[in-house]
Amino acid sequence: MTEPAKAKNALELDDLSVAYRVNGRNRAVLRNLSLTIGQGEAYGLVGESGCGKSTVALTVVRYLPRNGSITGGAISLDGQDVMKLDGEALRRARAESVSMVYQDPGKALNPSIRIGRQLTEIFELAGISGKGAEDRAIAMLNRVRISDPAGVMQRYPHQLSGGMQQRVAIAMALANDPSMLILDEPTTGLDATVEAEVLDLIAQLRRELSASILFISHNLAVVSNMCDRVGVLYAGMLVEEGPTDVVFNDPRHPYTVALLRCLPRGGQRKDQGRLDTIPGFLPGIGAAIKGCAFADRCALADERCRTELPPLYDLSDQRGTRQSRCHYHDKAQALPRTTPSDGASAPKPATAPVLRVAGLNKTYASHGHALRAVKDVSLDLRPGETLGLVGESGSGKTTFARLLLGLVPPDDGGTIELEGKALAPKLANRGDDQVKAMQIVFQNPDSALNRSHSIRHILGRALKRLAGLSGKAQEARLEDLIRSVRLTDRHLAVKPRQLSGGLKQRVAIARAFAGDPRIVVCDEPTSALDVSVQAAILNLLADLQAKQDVSYIFISHDLGVVRYLSDNIAVLYLGRIMELGPSEEVFSGPHHPYTEALLSAVPKLDQTETARIRLDGEIPSATNPPPGCVFQTRCPRKIGPICEQQEPPLAEAQPGHSIRCHIPYSELAQLQKAAVTELA
Amino acid sequence: MSALETTSPAQDDTRRRGPLAETLFSLMRSRTFLVGFAIVLFWVACALFGEHFAPYDPLADDIINALAPPSSEHWFGTDQIGRDVFSRVIVGSRDILTVAPLATVLATIAGTALGLLTGYFRGLVDDVVSRILEAFMAIPVVIVALLAIVALGTSKTTVIVVIGLSFAPIIARTVRSAVMAERELDYVAAAQLRHESAFHTMFVEILPNVIPPILVETTVRLGYAIFAVATLSFMGFGIQPPSPDWGLSISSNYGMIGGGFWWTVLFDALAIASLVIGVNLAADGVHGAFND
Ligand SMILES: Nc1ncnc2c1ncn2[C@@H]1O[C@H](COP(=O)(O)OP(=O)(O)OP(=O)(O)O)[C@@H](O)[C@H]1O
Ligand code: SF4
Ligand code: SF4
Ligand SMILES: [Mg+2]
Repeated sequence: MTEPAKAKNALELDDLSVAYRVNGRNRAVLRNLSLTIGQGEAYGLVGESGCGKSTVALTVVRYLPRNGSITGGAISLDGQDVMKLDGEALRRARAESVSMVYQDPGKALNPSIRIGRQLTEIFELAGISGKGAEDRAIAMLNRVRISDPAGVMQRYPHQLSGGMQQRVAIAMALANDPSMLILDEPTTGLDATVEAEVLDLIAQLRRELSASILFISHNLAVVSNMCDRVGVLYAGMLVEEGPTDVVFNDPRHPYTVALLRCLPRGGQRKDQGRLDTIPGFLPGIGAAIKGCAFADRCALADERCRTELPPLYDLSDQRGTRQSRCHYHDKAQALPRTTPSDGASAPKPATAPVLRVAGLNKTYASHGHALRAVKDVSLDLRPGETLGLVGESGSGKTTFARLLLGLVPPDDGGTIELEGKALAPKLANRGDDQVKAMQIVFQNPDSALNRSHSIRHILGRALKRLAGLSGKAQEARLEDLIRSVRLTDRHLAVKPRQLSGGLKQRVAIARAFAGDPRIVVCDEPTSALDVSVQAAILNLLADLQAKQDVSYIFISHDLGVVRYLSDNIAVLYLGRIMELGPSEEVFSGPHHPYTEALLSAVPKLDQTETARIRLDGEIPSATNPPPGCVFQTRCPRKIGPICEQQEPPLAEAQPGHSIRCHIPYSELAQLQKAAVTELA
Repeated sequence: MSALETTSPAQDDTRRRGPLAETLFSLMRSRTFLVGFAIVLFWVACALFGEHFAPYDPLADDIINALAPPSSEHWFGTDQIGRDVFSRVIVGSRDILTVAPLATVLATIAGTALGLLTGYFRGLVDDVVSRILEAFMAIPVVIVALLAIVALGTSKTTVIVVIGLSFAPIIARTVRSAVMAERELDYVAAAQLRHESAFHTMFVEILPNVIPPILVETTVRLGYAIFAVATLSFMGFGIQPPSPDWGLSISSNYGMIGGGFWWTVLFDALAIASLVIGVNLAADGVHGAFND
């Protein structure tokens, strides 16, 4: 099926099967997986959490956990059979030809050793010592575009930001000029702008190095920007494979179709209908699979699908070699939606705001310096409306949310009014009614749900305290509540750890809604979830809002998600609002130069090569913000000394749309229009 | 109707067992724990039923046969007034196995309450209480014991109170650091957003999550408590005659070693050592099971 390779392939997996031993039984994780990565090629591997992506990576470098074993098949790297290697030879192959970068740079860096030492060690192992090793280390840091490499060499990992740590981890991975670079979710833990930076770096390195890349990600857009070919993994099997643009624009497997539909795309909004979701779950590891692995979740499944394992059908055409493991690959795109697309939320007529924030400030003391985490924030929130908060990490989003909730007290002077009444700065001094009116859905359900309590206890307690219900009335309301977040009775008896991430987040949402709140703060509620689960949670939030007229403050670094749910957007930078306005206007522009940069940093599925506006350098420290406009150190549109001397006011450019920039609105419009036409 | 995630809660069987069951399971597979537990169980059985299988009455004297060396009649020999050492060693576990666990329980309860308070409130409460506890920890147990005996008189209750209160700050320190970590988790913020009382947040929300470190610390403390009880008895502050208590027996017989009557002391000493080792092995096992 594959054409005879001209050169040796960088990586070949042939009929590879891997199992983990759990409770004395070997459970299949990868099933007869075959794939090939050519020299210099970037291959993307996508799929839901738990489908076996990391296992592929660990198998290739032969770093499987102790209970993992290869139960069949062959792996060859550069034409060399990896499975025949052992001991010294394996170590050499690992050191010389493959390198791996993990999601969590902390895994690769030793927290107690200076960066310089960790880098030089690699070269010393390769026989270069002393000054030579040091020079090479500095060269490596330069290569991954770290400014002041000599200074960074002296630092410990925790003194670097997440993006810099990941760049150092990449530098270490590249130290030996590997022929194969494996990146397992290298940007998942990073902010959109930092993510863009790291991806740019990887793309540039690819051109310089000619290394082949295996790029693992659950983010389809990232893979679409980075990779030549993509494989879609499901339950340890390859279900679709082909050139990236072809697979994403013309998918031929219902699973790929469904994954793509989960994403809010092309500026889709909640008032235009709900996102599609994938019902059910990935089969557990070791599950016996008869027929098509996806059949339980596939709306096209029929008898044949359930009994006959679909082969990888060859669908190659002039656009490239591709294959799909579906009996009905020609009908894949006709996959019926699982969620009706109606159920749109109607736009709300203007009413009096439910929440008014004026002149809110928060200053932390940090090593004797004042850190202005939130500076002079004023905004309104109307009933049934969503305010999206966006900005890089450290921009003050979470602090602002915590100020509203009273979890941290603001500086004196600012006011928060809920339904016309001023809120006490401290939670303890707020009335019970005020407390129950404002609730939160936290980012990490593992931290937000008490792991010792059953779901029944968690929700029952919330109903008792927030709705004042007990006994029979509580039971009855509990039934309603879990049904409204689409859980069932069966979920009540269990502890949080027995639920999947998506189910846990539903419990957290149910808890926030127990007392019929007026406002719910959602702090990155879907960032820990798969796209399929994320879509279900976003739909749920939109439905609850339409039904109960609740307002959201929605924090997320995923701009597509923010756009889907938000009516208004506030863009924060160093604790200040840089832009505030209706979602559509903020997204379509003309917008603040910072918003412009944020938006262009987002990897998009629909266009492959975008000319990105790059934000150079790190976000400045909030203890020592730049004078004048706080964005001037990174602003690509900076106009001159005025930006360095005077802080621009947050001026209303259009009714309801304010921008904090010295460039007049009309000029911004021209500049940004010019940039768009330049691209086209 | 949109069919959304109609699911079985436990997705894969790696996660099916509960945390407690998992810990028990790994305890049962820990050889260290099983050996230690067996030793402790042996002494508990002696304390409960020792009377029935001890060959002699442990308190009955027999002056004619005083200081008889080990023989087939008296396996461990007899003491100064002819009491059978073997019978005394078997029954001698009774007092120490009442006093030491009770003292440990007292220490655990007091230490947990203090640890929760200091870890939860931090700030002034923490500063004040922590300083007091540190000062308290700096005083040796023996001096506390002497003072307590002057105040309360010698009795088992005194020993329990003295050891319990001396160990409480140590347990409090462990609990405090566990509570400070828990306090940062969002479920505590969620409780505050329900206007829960501090009492509820500490005892209903946080406490169940810090049970593992408390259990580990308690088993470790039990070993020290046994040693402390024996020491106090040896010094005459603890368990009083005519109890066949090990520490007490050593104390009343150790003058005999010079005369070559080693058996009057050796077996009691071995008994203490074996119990302490047993508890420590079990504690190691518990620690391992919770930290896997
Ligand atoms: N050491 C192990 N023992 C048993 N099961 C394991 C082990 N490691 C992983 N698994 C299971 O194997 C399956 C595949 O895991 P893997 O980490 O490869 O998935 P993944 O696609 O990388 O997921 P993610 O997107 O969450 O990183 C999952 O069901 C996981 O729970
Ligand atoms: S083979 Fe059948 S069940 Fe599997 S993806 Fe295709 S249509 Fe769906
Ligand atoms: S004021 Fe100047 S530096 Fe600030 S955003 Fe506008 S152009 Fe850029
Ligand atoms: Mg993974």
